[in-house]
Amino acid sequence: MVEYVWPDKKDASVLGGSFDKIDGPAKCTGTAKYSYDINPEGVLIARAYGCPQAHCKLKSLDLELAEGVPGVVAVRKMKELGDEIHWQGDLVAVVVGETEGAVAEGLAAIVADYEPLDVYVDDEDLQAAEAAGRTADSGGRVQLANEPEGDDEGFEDKELERLFKEAAAVVEGYYGIAAITHMCLETHGSTCEFKDGKLLAHLSTQNVSGTPGQFASPLKLTADDVTVHCDYIGGGFGSKFAVDRWDSLAAQLSKDLGRPVKLMLDRDLELKNGGSRPSGFADVKIGADANGVITVWDSHHWSAGGYGGGVLNQSVMPYVIVPPNYRRRVTNVKINAAPVRAWRAPNHPQGCALSQTAIDDIAAKMGLDSYDVFERNLVNVADEDRRGVYAEEMKIAAKLMDWKAKWHPHGKGDKNGSIVSGLGMALHTWGGGAHPSSCMVKIHPDGGVEAFLGSQDLGTGTRTVIAVVLAETFGLPVEAIKVNIGNSKYPMSGPSGGSTTVGGVSESSRRTGLDAREQLFEKVASKLGVPAESLEAKDGRIFSSEDSDKSLSWKDACSLLGMSPLEVSGRGYSRGSKLSSNGVGGVQMAEVEVDRETGVVKMKKFVAVQDMGLVVNRKTASSQIYGAMIMGIAYALFEERLMDKNSGAFLNAEIADYRLPRLGDIGELVVEIYEPESERARGVIGLGEPPVISPGAAISNAVANALGIRVPVLPLTPKRVLDSLKLQARSA
Amino acid sequence: MKAFEYAAPRSESEVLELLSGEAGHTEVLAGGTDLVGLMKKMIVTPDRVVSLSRVASLKKIEADSTAVRVGAMVSLDELAENPVSEFYPAIRQAIDEIASLQLRSQGTLGGELCQRPRCWYFRDGHGLLAARGKDVVEGDSRFHAIFGNAGPAKFVCPSRLAPALVALDARLRILGPHSNDETLMPLEAFYRTPKSEREREFLLDPNQFVAQVILPHPEGRLSASYEVRHGAGPEYPLVSAASSILVERGRVVEARVVLGQVAPTPWISREAIDAIVGRPVTPETAEAAGEAAASVATPLRDNEYKVRLAKVAVKRSLLKAAGLETGGF
Repeated sequence: MVEYVWPDKKDASVLGGSFDKIDGPAKCTGTAKYSYDINPEGVLIARAYGCPQAHCKLKSLDLELAEGVPGVVAVRKMKELGDEIHWQGDLVAVVVGETEGAVAEGLAAIVADYEPLDVYVDDEDLQAAEAAGRTADSGGRVQLANEPEGDDEGFEDKELERLFKEAAAVVEGYYGIAAITHMCLETHGSTCEFKDGKLLAHLSTQNVSGTPGQFASPLKLTADDVTVHCDYIGGGFGSKFAVDRWDSLAAQLSKDLGRPVKLMLDRDLELKNGGSRPSGFADVKIGADANGVITVWDSHHWSAGGYGGGVLNQSVMPYVIVPPNYRRRVTNVKINAAPVRAWRAPNHPQGCALSQTAIDDIAAKMGLDSYDVFERNLVNVADEDRRGVYAEEMKIAAKLMDWKAKWHPHGKGDKNGSIVSGLGMALHTWGGGAHPSSCMVKIHPDGGVEAFLGSQDLGTGTRTVIAVVLAETFGLPVEAIKVNIGNSKYPMSGPSGGSTTVGGVSESSRRTGLDAREQLFEKVASKLGVPAESLEAKDGRIFSSEDSDKSLSWKDACSLLGMSPLEVSGRGYSRGSKLSSNGVGGVQMAEVEVDRETGVVKMKKFVAVQDMGLVVNRKTASSQIYGAMIMGIAYALFEERLMDKNSGAFLNAEIADYRLPRLGDIGELVVEIYEPESERARGVIGLGEPPVISPGAAISNAVANALGIRVPVLPLTPKRVLDSLKLQARSA
Repeated sequence: MKAFEYAAPRSESEVLELLSGEAGHTEVLAGGTDLVGLMKKMIVTPDRVVSLSRVASLKKIEADSTAVRVGAMVSLDELAENPVSEFYPAIRQAIDEIASLQLRSQGTLGGELCQRPRCWYFRDGHGLLAARGKDVVEGDSRFHAIFGNAGPAKFVCPSRLAPALVALDARLRILGPHSNDETLMPLEAFYRTPKSEREREFLLDPNQFVAQVILPHPEGRLSASYEVRHGAGPEYPLVSAASSILVERGRVVEARVVLGQVAPTPWISREAIDAIVGRPVTPETAEAAGEAAASVATPLRDNEYKVRLAKVAVKRSLLKAAGLETGGF
C-alpha cells in the first residue's frame, strides 16, 4: 500500500528547491500562444458594441447600416427592445467581419436609442445613496462576551456603551477603499471553432475543466462535444471562471457562419464588463484597554458591488484581530456598474484595509508603537494555534525592516525638507486548501515522463509545480518531466481560484506519481531480486536501500515496461491527506516617504513574511509574493475605478487613464518565506492570494505614521493626501 | 478606426498639397503616439492621414550663434541627447520626466506640442468643450483647469514641453496653407482657449503644419522644469512648471514662469514673475512667487488640490533653475 507523504526535508532532491518556470522561455520568446494570439485560418473578427448610457431602456436598435458596411459579415443584437441596461458598456450588439477595420466601421454604424433612467454611482456617499433609494440593509452580527440577565431588550446597546466607557482609549474613524477593476492584460474572450458538430474553444480561462458544459448547452450539444483550450492566460485574478455571454455568442456565430470567430473584448469594454472588486467604506469605533488590546468593536460598513449587489462580506469585519465584543452592520449600495467578480482574496484586502487601520489608530492615539499594539492584540486572533506563528513572523519582519530603529511615534518623525517617513504593518489570513484534481501520468519505455491535467497555469508556475512534484517522486531532474495542461480533454482539475491550485495539483500529481512509481518498482524489484519496498528513486537511478549495488538507471528501469508506456491515473486530495492542508498567515511591513507639499507617497521598503506550509518551488512562491506586493501597492496608491457621478460613465476605462504603479514606484521589496518544520509538516497550502491582502492597511498605516493623520480612503493619491492635510489644518 | 487614405510625401510643399483646408478631413501624422489612439476611438476620423516621416527637412537640428532650430519631426530622445539641449535644462528635464521609452523614441517635438487634450470627456466623444464645460463642472474635474477656465473650455493643455518652451521664448515656424506661406509665431500665441467646438486649441489651420521650433540662445538664462507626478510612469503630471531666469548680481532681472496642466493653454504666471523679479531666488522668494501664482486660481469643484500643487511647482522650478534644493521629491 503506497503511503502518500512528502519526503523529509533532508531527503528531498528537488522539492522545495528554486526553479525557473519551465514555460518561461516560451513566454519570453513569444512562442507561447495566449488565447488572444490564436488566429485559425479563415477567422472572423467580432467586436462588441457597448451601451453609452449607464442606466436606460433600449428604445430602438437599427443594425441595418452596420450590416451594409463592406467587410461586415454579420451583426447580432445582445439586447431586446425594452431591456433595462444597468451600466455603461453593457453589451448591446456584436459585429462580425473580415477585418478589424470593417468591424470598427460596422460598430460606428450601429444606431441605437435609449430611454434614460435614474443613474447612481457614488458608492462612498451613503447619505446620497439613501436619498436615491439605492441602499439595502445587508445584515450584521453582534457578539458579546457577557450574556444579558433575563429579558433585557436594550442589553446590546447598554453593554457596548459600558465597554466603550471602560476602555482606556477609544477611536472613532472613517476608512475606505475604492473599487478597482481586474485589468487583465489579456482581455476576456475566446476564439471559437465550430466544425462537424463539435466546438473547439480557445478561451482565456481560469477554469479549463469546468467550462465545456457551459459552452455546450446553449449550442444544444453535450459537453463531450466541446474542447476548451487555454495554454496561457494573460491575467484572470478571479474574473475568468465562466463562459461569458460573449463567449457563448462567439461559439454560436462560429456555428452559424461556418468559420472560426474571435471575440475578445476591447480595453474599454473589458474594464466596464470584465470584472471589478467591490469598494468598502466604514465608520468604525473601537475601544482598547491600557495596553492597547482591543476590547470592543462597533462598525458599520457600506459597499457597492454593482447594480445587483455583491457587497463586501461582513465576515471580514473586524479582520484577523477579532475582539471578544463586537457589533458589525452592513449596507449594500446599488450603483450602475457591472456585477463584481471575485478578485484575488475576495473580501480580505478590504476587510484588512478597513479594520487594521483602525487598530493602528488606537496605537497612534495612545502614543504606542504600532508593533507592540499588533503584538499584544494577537490574543484576539481567533485561531489560537496561529497566534505563535504571527508572533514569529512579526519578529522576522521587524528584523528585516529594522522596525525598532526606524520607529517614531505617529507624526513625530524627522523632516527632510517637506518629506516625512513612516512605518506601518498589517497581518492577514487565508485558506488555500487543495481543490479536486485528477492526473494521468505516462512513463514511456524510453524513460520519457509526461503528465496530463485539465488544469491551467495563471502565470503562477502551475506547470513547474507539477514538474517539481513528479521529478521528486521519480528521482529525476525537473526538466525531464513534460507537463500537459490547458485542455479540457485531460483529466479533470479544479478551477484556479482561492489559492487552491498548488495544493490540488500537488496532491494529484504526487499520488499518481507514487502509484506509477510503485508499479515500476515492482518490475525493477523482480529484475534486481530485491523487495519492492526497499527501492528508492533518486538522481536518475532506482536502487535498493538495502544494497546500493542493486540498481538500475531510470532509463533501463523504464525499458522493463516493454512496448507500451505505463499509464496511471489518480485523484487528488482526500480527507485526512498528509500532502496538503489549509490556512496560512502572513505579516507585512511598509516604509514610505510622503512629500507633505505635494501629497505624493513613495514606497521605500516593503517586507512580506508569509507561511504556506511546505514550499514546492521557492522561486515561483517568492515571485507570487513579489507580484502580490506590487498589486497591493497598486490598489494602495494608484488604481481605482472613477465614475462620473452625473452620467455614470466609467471615466478611466483606458490603460492610459487607469493608473498603475511602474517599476520606479515599487521601492525595495523583501520577501521571506516562513517554513519551519512545524509549517512544512502541514503539507502544501496555496499562497496566490494571501500576500495581496495586507498591503492596503500596511501602506495606509505607514502614511498615517509619517503624517500623523489618517488619509482615510485608498488609494492614497496626492489629492486625497492633500485634502486630508487641509482638513487637519482647518480643524487645528 | 475609420478607413483612411495614407500619404507619405517627401517635401514640405507636397505635405501642403495633400492637406485639406476643411477641418477634420485630413490629419498630420508625426510620431502617431496620440493620433493613432484618437483615430482608434474615432474621436478624429480623417479621410486622409498625411505622414511627415519622409520629409527630411523636418528632422534636422541646426544651431547658430543666435538660435537653435529644431525640426518638428525630431524625436524627443534625439532632442534630449543632442548637445544643444545642454543650454536648455528645462527642455531636457521635461523630456526626462516623460518616463516612457516608447513616447520618447517615437514621439516628436512637433507632435508633443500638437497633441490633443487628455480630458476624459473629450476622449469619450463629448467634444473638446464637453457640452460647453457642463460635463466637467457637473462631473469629475479632478484633472481639469484651475486657471483660464471661466469660459466653456475646462481641459488642460497636455503638452509637457510647452511650459519649458514658452518659458524659453520659443517660436514656431508654421507652413501653409500655400507652399510659400510661412508664419513665425511665439509659441505662447500658438495656443488658444477655444470658445466653440469649431475652434481647436491651437492656431493652426487644417492645411497648415508646424515645421520647426526656434529656440533663442539663452544668453545666460537659467532654466528648469518641475513636474508633480503621481507615480513614476508615463502618465501626465498633475501640475508642472517651468522657469527661465536671468540673474545679475544675485537678483533676478528677468523671468518667465509658465505652468503646465493647469489651463487650456500653457499658463504664464505674471504674478509669479512680478514676485520674483528684483529679488534673489531663495526658498522664501520662490515660495512667495508660488503663492502669487496660485492666488489668482479659480479651481473647480474637485481640483482645489491642484492650486496647492501649482504653488509648489512654481517654487520648485525656480529653486531648481537657481541650482538650489527643492526640499521635496
